Parts: sequence; structure tokens; C-alpha cells
Amino acid sequence: MKKTLQYIILSLLVLAAVGPFLWLLSTALKGPGENIFAYPPQFIPQNPTLENFVNVWNKVPMLWFFINSIVVTLLTIFFNITLSVLAAYPLARMRFKGQNAIFFSILATMMIPFQVLMIPLYLICLKLNLTDNAGIINGWLGLVLPFAVSGFGIFFVRQALVTLPKELEESAVLDGCNSLQILWYVLLPLIRPTLATLAVFAFMATWGEFLWPSIILSEPSHFTLPVGLVQLQSAFSSDWKLIAAGTLLSMVPVLIFFFALQRYFVTGATSGAVKG
Amino acid sequence: MVGFFFLPLVMAFGISMSDYSHNIYNPAFVGLENYARLTHSAPFWNSLKNTFVFLFGVVPAMVVLPIFLALLVNGKLKGIAVFRSLIYIPVVISMVVVGIAWRWLYADDGLLNWLLSVFHLPKVGWLVSPDIALYSVMIVVVWKGMAYYMMMYLAHLQSLSQDLYEAADIDGASLWQKHWNVTLPHLRPTMVMVGIISTIGSLKVFTEIYVMTRGGPVGSTKTLVYYIYERAFENLDLGIASAAGIVLMLILLVFSMLEMKLSPKEDAAKVTEKVKKTETPLLPTRNGAA
Repeated sequence: MKKTLQYIILSLLVLAAVGPFLWLLSTALKGPGENIFAYPPQFIPQNPTLENFVNVWNKVPMLWFFINSIVVTLLTIFFNITLSVLAAYPLARMRFKGQNAIFFSILATMMIPFQVLMIPLYLICLKLNLTDNAGIINGWLGLVLPFAVSGFGIFFVRQALVTLPKELEESAVLDGCNSLQILWYVLLPLIRPTLATLAVFAFMATWGEFLWPSIILSEPSHFTLPVGLVQLQSAFSSDWKLIAAGTLLSMVPVLIFFFALQRYFVTGATSGAVKG
Repeated sequence: MVGFFFLPLVMAFGISMSDYSHNIYNPAFVGLENYARLTHSAPFWNSLKNTFVFLFGVVPAMVVLPIFLALLVNGKLKGIAVFRSLIYIPVVISMVVVGIAWRWLYADDGLLNWLLSVFHLPKVGWLVSPDIALYSVMIVVVWKGMAYYMMMYLAHLQSLSQDLYEAADIDGASLWQKHWNVTLPHLRPTMVMVGIISTIGSLKVFTEIYVMTRGGPVGSTKTLVYYIYERAFENLDLGIASAAGIVLMLILLVFSMLEMKLSPKEDAAKVTEKVKKTETPLLPTRNGAA
């Protein structure tokens, strides 16, 4: 009895969580003849059709939105992991002068909101020609470089590296490894889960980012998905079937990524919470 | 890092003391004049007011509600992992998508108003009424962020030893007493953490507003970051926008410190120490999860 009640409450919660997206799906599947404002609402479309998906694909450069989002996200993940590791390695495994000062100034960067930096960053990107007016490659770089490394990423990798025992390196040195070889062959394989979690965070932050791309980009075919969707929303403000179809398409990669790598999505929120 | 962080930070102060409004290519140094202009600016105060309404509505909800969710999904029911993942979906979907989905629910002839009519309630102008729009946006933000904090609480709940509950059972404690006396004190550090993270997120709220209301109706949902965005990239008044940015930064600092002090069991130094040791990301997304 108690269990049944729990299942009922849980099901209601799930409905609350995915309901808005299901309603979007129902709207997107409705054909041209169906009234989306019907009263009472028609939850299951009478003649389900994929027409709206095809239409939105043809009317706006959806393919480019996807390409831009994917390129920018992959580059950001790549830079974040590489640079975080390269910065965290000496901070965690070596002793040098000014180490603490550097570590704490990196930590301090986490306190400064991006919104304070975005105006000067915009001026810098204009100076360096890192907007999409100078071509799509420049636009990509303008989107990626300001987020290529974060204080959080360095901190996160450092915390993982610090916990590894010193003996690992000592035996590697005896085997004749230099520091980069130690990093690549000995340490990195051990912190793979940390790197995966960092990748997921970079993915989440970049894939959904709207503010910065909307500042840097101006040409529709250079838009990332969030910017493209906002533009779709204002351009076809009354055509909700089209908007719903485009929005749903943009969800597909995230959902695949989420269900494939769920473990890392959740460890991100939980691992430290326990140990902390 | 130097090029894209420390340089812009120094520049931000410089720009906040320059006047771009007459000639954007040749700003004039004006000292603190932009800050003085801010204090006389009604739109600025309005955005500040909206930001604080948002903050004081969203943060308590984010601290309290996910605890109930976490207790619910903490059971050993069959298939509970599937329920957890499904409930987590709004967290991973981007804010723009969420905003669009909810705009559709909030439509005048939309699903929510239909639900109200089923209960013979009048229609609500979710996003078109100046008195309501901000609260409608807040609902969406809480809806999207809740499962994230649920997972944080859940992790902590699962580290709680069952012995304590058994001891409470022996003392004849009711379910409510058990949670009040055992669970809640155990979760207190997490609550502070959640408070800080959601405060940071709330103070920076922007995308959800831009997607759903564009700051309207009549400015009723313009927040501080929206004000900065509008001044900088629509009016090209970079000076005053930067000054407002510096104000945002100061508010963030004050609130983070206040909340660390508020933690009753642990003093600020200990919390700071904890932050240094923890692996938990403080900023789950670039703009913080509200």
C-alpha cells in the first residue's frame, strides 16, 4: 500500500518533469489541419506527421546550427581538458615558488561572474577579429577561446591529482620516464573518471550557452542551437508546430549524451557532496 | 587565462569609468560618473528590485523543496534509478529549450490555462501580466533546477548511517520527528552549499528572461544582468553597463560571505576550508544553476 503510494507520487513527479517536453512533442507531430489550441486539448495527434520537422529543417539552417554547436562544444571540451590537466599537474605534483599564490588566484577567478567580463571580452574579440563577421572559423574561436580553461576545471583536476600516491611517480622515474610521460602514462589513466566528469560539465555549459554566442554571432548560418532557436522563436512567432519541432530536434544530442554517460552527470552533482 | 581573464577584469574597471555614450570609438575618462548615473537611473533600481524578488523567491524554494524530493527518491524501490534519471531530465536540457517549452505551456490558450479552466478557475496572464510574469519565470527556474539539488541532498542522505534512525525508532520518534531531529541537522551543510550556489545563479539570471519575456511586460522582468546586456549590446553604453557589472560582482561577494556566516554549526573559515577540499563543482554551468 505504502509502496503503491510512493510509485504514484514518483510517477506524478516524472510527469511534471517530462510533461512540458511531451506536450511539445504532441504539438510538433500535429498536421496542418489540426488546431493546436483545441479545447479541450488534443494530447494524441489525430494524424501524426513528421512534416513540421522537415519544414523547420528546410526553413532555417538547422544543419548549420547543429554543426556549429557540435564543433564549438567539442573544441571547448578538448581545450578545457588539455589546459586544465597541464595547469593542474605542476600545481598538484610539484613544488615551486609562488605555487600557493598561483593556486589561490586561480581559485579567485571562480568568484568573478562572467557577466562582468563579457563587455571587455567583447572588445578584445572585436580587436582580435574573433567574431563571425570575419568568417565562421573566427566565430568558432571567439566562442571557444574565452572558455578554453576555467578556474573550476584546473581546481577540479588538481583535487584528483593530489590524492594519488607519490610512489607512482617515483617508480616511473626509475623506469626512465620524464614528467610528460609520467603524466600521460601513469597519472592520466588514473583520473579518467574526473576527466569524464569535467567533459560533461564543459558539455553542459557550452551546449546550452546563449548569452555569449548571442553577442559574438550575427549571421544566422553561424548560429549555435540556442541562438538559432531564439531566432526561430521570434521569426515564426505564431507557428508553434514549427517552433516545437525545431526545439525537439535540438534536444536529441543532449538526451543521447545524457543517457549514455548518465553516471558522470550524476557523479558531478554527488561525488564531492559526500566527501566534502 | 591571463588574456581572457585577468586582462578583461582590469579592463572592466577601466570601462566602468569611461563614457562610451557619445563616441563608442573614443571613450572619455569620467571617473566615477557612471556609478553616479546608476544611482539616478530608475531602470537600474527596477532591475535591482526584480533581481532581489527573484532571489528571495527562488533560493528558499531551492533549499527546501529538493529535500522532499531527495527523501522520496531515497527509498529502495524497484526501478528507482529510472525515476531518478527521468526527474533529472530538466537539469540537462538547455535553458533556451526549457524556456520555449514553458512559453508554450504559459500561452493564453495554452495547457496551463486549460488546466485552470477544468477547475473552473479564471485564466492567468502568465507571461503577459506585469504582476505575474516574474513569478512565472521563477516557477520555471525552480522546476528546472530542483533535481540538481535533489541529487546533492540524495548523496548526503545516502551517507547517513541507518543506526541513527534505528536509535530514533527505539526512542519512539514519529516519522516527522525523525526527519526533523536526524535528517535535517545532517543536511545542514548541504543546505548552505545549495543556498550559495542558487544565490549565485539567481543573481545572474538572464537567459530564462530573454527567452520567455524579453524583460517585459513593461520592464517587470528585467533583472540586473538583463539591464547590463541591454545597456551594453543594445544601447552600446558600455561604461554604465560595466559599472552595473561591478555592482553585480560586489553583491555576489557580499551574499556569498553572508551565507557562509549564516551557517550555524560551522564558521566561515571551516566552510571555506571545505570548499577547498571538496570535489563538488561550485559552478555547475557557466552561469551557475539557478
